[in-house]
Amino acid sequence: MFGYEFMREAFIASTFIAITAGLVGVFVVSRNMSFLSHTLSEIGFAGASFGILIGISPLAGMIIFTMVSSIAVGSLSSESSRREASISAISSLFIGLGILFLSLSSESSSYATNILFGSIVGISSKEVHQLMILALVVIFVFIIFYKPLAFDSFDHIGARSAGLPTRMLSIAFLVTLALSVSIGAQIVGSLLVFILLTLPGATAKYLVHSVPKLIMVSVGLSLAGVWLGLYLAFITNWPVTFFISSFEVIAYFLGLTYKNWKLNH
Amino acid sequence: MIEAKNLTKKFGKQLVFQNVNFKINDGEFISLVGPNGSGKTTLVKIIMGMEKKTDGELIMDKKQTFGYVPQFRNIDIDYPLDIESFVRLNLKFTMSPKKRAENNELIKQILEKTRLTHLRKRPLGLASGGEKQKAYLAQALLNDPQILILDESTASLDVEVKMQLMDLVKELNEKYNLTVIFITHDYDLTKKYTHRALFFENNTIKPISVDEISEAMFE
Repeated sequence: MFGYEFMREAFIASTFIAITAGLVGVFVVSRNMSFLSHTLSEIGFAGASFGILIGISPLAGMIIFTMVSSIAVGSLSSESSRREASISAISSLFIGLGILFLSLSSESSSYATNILFGSIVGISSKEVHQLMILALVVIFVFIIFYKPLAFDSFDHIGARSAGLPTRMLSIAFLVTLALSVSIGAQIVGSLLVFILLTLPGATAKYLVHSVPKLIMVSVGLSLAGVWLGLYLAFITNWPVTFFISSFEVIAYFLGLTYKNWKLNH
Repeated sequence: MIEAKNLTKKFGKQLVFQNVNFKINDGEFISLVGPNGSGKTTLVKIIMGMEKKTDGELIMDKKQTFGYVPQFRNIDIDYPLDIESFVRLNLKFTMSPKKRAENNELIKQILEKTRLTHLRKRPLGLASGGEKQKAYLAQALLNDPQILILDESTASLDVEVKMQLMDLVKELNEKYNLTVIFITHDYDLTKKYTHRALFFENNTIKPISVDEISEAMFE
């Protein structure tokens, strides 16, 4: 399998994506932002097609769109109830925009499928380098903000009363989330990037009970999913996304079952 | 020590309190009592620097540190962290092995102080109301603050658990000369535990002794 260059590239790229998504996912789940990360991936779709339309790379278009909208969401509404409503409004608008941009550009509809559902084999080594750099940026930001971000994500009220700059932290987090969405969409596609950003983090919650362990389990599940997905896709010729999502969903339900079993014993 | 001189707070045109004068001494256990919306939490926020005063003076040591136990927190049954990890959130980040060892010692001590050592691995989401309050208390006390502020922290607990928690706070207050500011609507607890009270009413704050505290103030 590793005799093929495109498979080597795919493994390297997806390893970085899995680490970032698993890491960021723990905080997405603890900040109750699953819905927002889903919306960001739709916004990413619009951004990618906008990139194609004006002739810049889809990744750049994605980053621009997701960053601007995540900063907007972060500064508009810190109250989660209001956030939900504004997010669903924005979400539908961007799906529409994405379709419009694609139809205005001369790209064929197969390109839309690539953006939406991911394209593991089409990835070039230049793109792999871009992904690696972006992934490292996200990981670096998390190392710097780890303590205050963990405090704010797992105990917002406590962090506020301890005098942490919670709004600034929220915006910094949203920016890294936007970056992670853009990175992840390259592999699993923008519609399913939120699988990696939410399910491993949510599964970890049922299994372990400290922040470092949550991160380890989430990253582990995320890595296992993409590696297994790539391997199975290689031997069956079925889509990678199918295997990744199936693995993460099964892990999630096993985790949930384990937690319920433990509660009753 | 905290001293207010002619302290005034307004939100826009709305007056919260005006020209109030009081002192809170080191090591004192003081209650803030009065009707809802009379400015108790606002005063506490001004003291902690989370809210600005409109006028007057508030004299205190600038290096004073606070532990704050808020009234509400969203901890549901699926909340992932155990009690020890929850308390740890308030630790400062460090890479140095020496500081890490110190942090671990700090955690051990605070869990002992708040009688949580045997419960440290229990997921906070599965802890009882009283255990949760103790965990909040432990987190607030972690960095060894001079002043502990309890914002109606006992409101949702049953009587026995309330007393246990207050006994613990009282013990810390006496043993470590910890100043305690206790916002409450509970007459019995105020009578039993506090040295003095500040009574909030009609845009004023009046210092009163325990003997002057009457049930009417809690209606």
